[in-house]
Amino acid sequence: MVTPPPVVLHDLTCVHERRPAVHHLSGRFAPGSLTAVVGPNGAGKTTLLRALAGLHPAHDGNIDRGGLAPDRIALLPQAGSLDRGFPVCCRDVVALGAWARMGAFRRLPADAAARTDAALHDVGLDGFGRRLIGSLSAGQFQRVLFARLAVQDAPVLLLDEPFNAVDARTAGDLMALIRRWHDQGRTVIAVLHDLDLVAREFPETLLLVRHPVAWGPTAIALSAANRQRARLAAEAWSEAALPCQDAA
Amino acid sequence: MILQWVIEPFTLGFMRRALAGCLALSLAGPPLGVVLVLRRMSLTSDVLQHGILPGVALGALAGGLSLWAMGLGGVLAGLAVALLAGWLARASGGREDSQLAGVYLVALALGVTIVSATRGVDLAHLLFGSVMAVDDSALLLMAAAASAALLGLAVIWRPLVLESFDPGFLRALGGHGGAWHLAFMALVVLCVVGGFAALGTLMSVGLMMLPAVAARHFAADLSGQVRAAVALALLASVAGLLVSYHADLPAGPAIVLSAGVLWTAGLLAGPRESLRARMWRPHLRG
Repeated sequence: MVTPPPVVLHDLTCVHERRPAVHHLSGRFAPGSLTAVVGPNGAGKTTLLRALAGLHPAHDGNIDRGGLAPDRIALLPQAGSLDRGFPVCCRDVVALGAWARMGAFRRLPADAAARTDAALHDVGLDGFGRRLIGSLSAGQFQRVLFARLAVQDAPVLLLDEPFNAVDARTAGDLMALIRRWHDQGRTVIAVLHDLDLVAREFPETLLLVRHPVAWGPTAIALSAANRQRARLAAEAWSEAALPCQDAA
Repeated sequence: MILQWVIEPFTLGFMRRALAGCLALSLAGPPLGVVLVLRRMSLTSDVLQHGILPGVALGALAGGLSLWAMGLGGVLAGLAVALLAGWLARASGGREDSQLAGVYLVALALGVTIVSATRGVDLAHLLFGSVMAVDDSALLLMAAAASAALLGLAVIWRPLVLESFDPGFLRALGGHGGAWHLAFMALVVLCVVGGFAALGTLMSVGLMMLPAVAARHFAADLSGQVRAAVALALLASVAGLLVSYHADLPAGPAIVLSAGVLWTAGLLAGPRESLRARMWRPHLRG
């Protein structure tokens, strides 16, 4: 795994039907940083992660990924977005993480099988390889997605609400995995709702309500004043909105 | 005695050819059908089999009822329907299923109009096919189309399944999800056209879809479902041909009805997710 380059945002704006979901966001994710992205619902957090992963186009501004190839940025999607009824087993889902190196037609790389088993072990799912994903609980399926992320072995990791609908034990285990990735020097960016967890574990925080309210060390970004500003900004919605004239 | 009932009809040449053609369809169609079911596109096959009618009719007019001309016309029409619906869906932001519905209704009406207006082509023959009239040329067409579809599916299987399960993952890695989808649609069109000579444009997807729909009552994982679907299709082909021979009934519908009987059996008493499974099994120890 190579040291990740910094991910720099220059006046980034992403829209849904012309309404900004991410609005004039500029800043830098330092190499190897561990950043929490927080904000109320509808604040553009998922849109930001999808834009970083290359799944959502930048309407204005741009994202400088330091020359990183698309498969070197790994995204853990929100749990609800996948079809749990699909008849595949855990092992196959986790092995997909090696896709970037094997592509559509080549054989699974020799070490991929070992990495798949190791990843399943790391998330506490030894022996789950042959089980169909439909037979897993929400927490177990989330572990499977984490294992897939581990196999991808990417220098930049994006996690979209990784602890939604999982029990405290699973959340603890998965947080330990995130800490390990951070220690390995990877850049980790996670969308979270649990502010206590953020205050305990995440050195940097981006408080986002479409536009950035605060971005920096967690203690400062999550101050009472900033959270109040975020709450007020979340409720702003204009039916007759005019074209935006600002720049960051 | 029973063995004679089963073996004797297939000593006849036309029955052997019909069986060979249906076997080819039974190998290629059901795997495609299983993927269609997974992608929640089960009705797309229906749309395509009706949508190829104008192409088949034009091919019949141009090539004088030559099966290869009709087949080519059918493939072109099917691809046009699939591509047009896909393009419309992307361009208008609408859902692909509604665009497909619109396109195929127009295509079907166009096809019926062409056939009726010219009076040179037998509409019933096009709609219902005649599996017993499969000659060597028709058999070659069916076998060629089925082989090409099966080979193509084997090639694109892995990216197709991934794109069906987690398209966002594939996109984020720079994969071209749209390309796999189009390639898959082309294979479905190939198989639908391959089936029309025997089963007609009304039911050529019967062997593709019914076994695929029934498969989940017989297997839990993807490869198991594919194997189950192929087995069911093979069984339905043999049973349908035998019934039609002995009871003097049209063969195409007999085959599709046999597939329907197998599906009903699976629904009621299959190993998984059936009525019997829900009602009469005690819960397991753990």
